[in-house]
Amino acid sequence: MIIHGLLLVLLFQLIGELIVVSLSLPIPGPVLGMVFLLLLLLFFKRVPKSLRTTSDTLLSNLALLFVPAGVGLVLHFELLRSEWWIILLALVISSIGAAIATTLTFTLLLKRQRGKEGGDA
Amino acid sequence: MLSATDFWVYFAAQPLLWIVLTLAVYSAAVVLHRLAGQTPLLHPVLISMIVLISLLLLTSTPYETYFSGAQFIHFLLGPATVAIAVPLFDYFDKIRELWLPILIACLVGAFSAAAIAVGVAWLFDARMETLLSIAPKSVTSPIALGISQKIGGFPELSAALCLVTGVLGSLLVPSVLKVLRVSDEETQGFVLGLTSHGFGTALALETGALAGAFAGLAMGLTGLITALMIPLLAALF
Repeated sequence: MIIHGLLLVLLFQLIGELIVVSLSLPIPGPVLGMVFLLLLLLFFKRVPKSLRTTSDTLLSNLALLFVPAGVGLVLHFELLRSEWWIILLALVISSIGAAIATTLTFTLLLKRQRGKEGGDA
Repeated sequence: MLSATDFWVYFAAQPLLWIVLTLAVYSAAVVLHRLAGQTPLLHPVLISMIVLISLLLLTSTPYETYFSGAQFIHFLLGPATVAIAVPLFDYFDKIRELWLPILIACLVGAFSAAAIAVGVAWLFDARMETLLSIAPKSVTSPIALGISQKIGGFPELSAALCLVTGVLGSLLVPSVLKVLRVSDEETQGFVLGLTSHGFGTALALETGALAGAFAGLAMGLTGLITALMIPLLAALF
């Protein structure tokens, strides 16, 4: 039943939020909930069908969930009017820069690890 | 008899209208996106944002009224974040095998994305709120919203910047990968997911299932690392 999967997800969100609030941690509650849920799944070594259904439903419509917050951009037109070109420039340069940094790091490390495995065999 | 204006005045104040409008506009945008050959420039979220913002401005509806309905959709971002645990579990064997390259590349990527963005904005004298809102831009929006809220940025601005980053990334990153002559699906997916979160993951899935898996993994891990890293860095200043 999908309700069990939904309950499980909401329960872990609640646990995450409770811990974040009570320890005043600097991370969002749902992120902590995600980590705990992953640990639970790793412990039981399987995903219950209801949780799989809930997760597939939420994640396949993930884009829709951004819309209400995206419309909130209307509140920041004032800030955007004066600084939109700085923001755009920052996003373009950082996208290219981060892509280059990540590609070089990952390719190098992947090559090293595979080289080592090849050497062992 | 109710006139059209009375009708609008009554329903515009009801949460129901704004839930229905959000879902209807988004559904239409998905169809349009498909008809246009899935070009990232016409991403359903961008179209929906433009249409709904225009509607609010044209009818002089305050965002608070819109959000009284839209909050029910917005709320699901929390559970959706928790639900990323499932795909992370699915690819856990692969993660364990490559955990060191993945972790280091994610740290480098998450840090450089945030640092370059904040650095460029700072160089051009952007406001503090802009700097704080731009920092979590490479992360999938639900996580970015949470981070922005925590460090004192504008959560809505951060979420919107994530969407713009996603669109820009899916336009720019494939060219970067081509210039750097990356051919394996693991790296392609990983870089796309790291820099452009959900948008990149969608693009990686078109390349192949393996690229999609690595994109989803990079997206989840980057979210986690950034969620831990940014608030700590912000606290230092």
